[in-house]
Amino acid sequence: MTELRIEGLSKRFGTYLALDDVSITIPNGKFVCLLGPSGCGKTTLLRLIAGLETPSEGRILVGGTDLSAVPSHKRGMGMVFQSLALFPHLDVAENIAYPLAIRGADRATRQAKAAHLLDLVKLPGMGGRRIHQLSGGQRQRVAIARGLAIDPKVFLLDEPLSALDAGLREHMQIELRQIQQSLGVTTVVVTHDQKEALTMADLVIVMKDGKVQQAGTPMEIYHAPANAFVADFIGNTNLIPCRWDGQAIEVLGHRLAPAEGDRIAAAPGLAQLSVRPEHVEIAAPGTGFAAEITFIRDLGESVHFVTRCGAQVITAQVAPGARPPFGVGDAVSLGFRPGKRVVLA
Amino acid sequence: MTHLAEPETAVPRWIALWPALMLGLFFLVPFGIMLSVSVAHRVEGGFFEPGFEWASYIRFLTPFFGRVLAVSLGISLAAAAICVVLAFPFTVFLATMSRTVQTRVLVVLLSVLSLSEVIIGFSLSTLLSQTAGIGNLFAAIGLIDAPRAYTPSLFALLTGLCYLGFPFAVLVLYAPVSRLDPEIVEAARVMGASAARAFFGVVVPLQRGALTGAFILIFVFTLGSYLLPQLLGRPEHWTLSVHITDQAIYQANLPFAAAMSVFLMLVALALVGLASLAGRDRGAA
Repeated sequence: MTELRIEGLSKRFGTYLALDDVSITIPNGKFVCLLGPSGCGKTTLLRLIAGLETPSEGRILVGGTDLSAVPSHKRGMGMVFQSLALFPHLDVAENIAYPLAIRGADRATRQAKAAHLLDLVKLPGMGGRRIHQLSGGQRQRVAIARGLAIDPKVFLLDEPLSALDAGLREHMQIELRQIQQSLGVTTVVVTHDQKEALTMADLVIVMKDGKVQQAGTPMEIYHAPANAFVADFIGNTNLIPCRWDGQAIEVLGHRLAPAEGDRIAAAPGLAQLSVRPEHVEIAAPGTGFAAEITFIRDLGESVHFVTRCGAQVITAQVAPGARPPFGVGDAVSLGFRPGKRVVLA
Repeated sequence: MTHLAEPETAVPRWIALWPALMLGLFFLVPFGIMLSVSVAHRVEGGFFEPGFEWASYIRFLTPFFGRVLAVSLGISLAAAAICVVLAFPFTVFLATMSRTVQTRVLVVLLSVLSLSEVIIGFSLSTLLSQTAGIGNLFAAIGLIDAPRAYTPSLFALLTGLCYLGFPFAVLVLYAPVSRLDPEIVEAARVMGASAARAFFGVVVPLQRGALTGAFILIFVFTLGSYLLPQLLGRPEHWTLSVHITDQAIYQANLPFAAAMSVFLMLVALALVGLASLAGRDRGAA
């Protein structure tokens, strides 16, 4: 049972508070993404778990054991670094077996483990290659294999795919998730890419300014964001200033009665209405919000109508098959799909 | 007719003519003169007359000069080894300091380079002397019974050479060491390596090229030293450079001095070649 528990963890660098009283429980075998903009403390949290930084306050428990006083090299964790940090003076198999060599494993064990892991990351027979002979994607796989070499209790990855180009990155996201599921290792990945988090994670932890903003499954985070920052950071959303009076949402001169499925996560008073572009309906001028199309972004898989409703920019997204015959400058009427509206503080 | 354009280069090629001219004029020509002098015929009590004979080279092949050559190489190798062993941990530590501290330390090291060999030599010989040296301090605090001199000795000579060589070693090592990805060391640590194991198992092998470079630089640099051996060493520590000076200036035997110089250069070249072969990255081979 290697549950990872973070209790009241804080980290100060001088007067700068990089991590502010973070408490999280990560169940055994789960894949967790620490997601947030740069400087949000996600990498600091990962480095604290790895023992590369000393916490200012709080505890880190793995399987119930407090690791706070255990030095990095005795924590038994696997880690993939942002720069990958492969050793250029060793070949691929020696890199992968390095943690085993440190632990005094004999040659046969090391070779067997390296071969097994190379199969796992789909680089069979590449053990004899030099690191500089590998492509970016192959290096990535070697780093993952090395991180898994000691069957770690916790597997940590710091922006592991950030150096790869878009197509390869998506491919590796799926593969990394499949490897993690086959091994059932508790995994923590730091990323700033929300798609990456949604693709891979069982649990997404959204962070900002050293604090946890929301922790939940990808769909909870997406459909029920806890605040405007989370709504805006995960996927695209329209954030429109509104007023919630306890009975209806006053927005852009309209009063909308909450429907079943709408979420009200704000106290009565000034708030923000979050509506995802795919939940904005666009039609010929009528009873909805009067708006004017200012730009059309056709991505092939979807079409985005950027509109202006008074001073407010609202984006509507439709499937290409359902594309309405509007052009730039046309007056339209917008509607927010009932049940998909979220009022946030 | 097909016309192949000259490949475009950022720097015009003719610019190489200038260093080529300078090298030819001020290095190759004097070197040629030295080679021709080394085979010239020595006139006893006079100078030399042009000729071709191996006499000077043959004279070198005696146990005495063999020993001098061995002493020269040994002293330089020892100085290079000591400098690198001192400078490498120093530089690794320096690279972990803040930028301001790094700059200040490097400025201090550079200012050491402005001291001449003469000043360093005389300072050390005073510092290690019986009358005014650290022996007095040791006697005062009761470490030894009476002040004694620590110069001339092999220890004093190596101290002087290392004092000269250390800043060069740090400067050669500084750039590659400060470029070392800190995540490499962290990776080794997370994977279970103790600090010492990460240093010797990862940092040292990764810096093998830089370490070899620093070693070769200090070796060649101290090989040419002829003032410090006379100031701080005993006659048996006199290097080949001292003997070359002696032959050329005091014995007026230019052919023999030239022959010894050629010998020294050939042996140094051979050792440098061996060292760079040993220091070559396996991956780059």
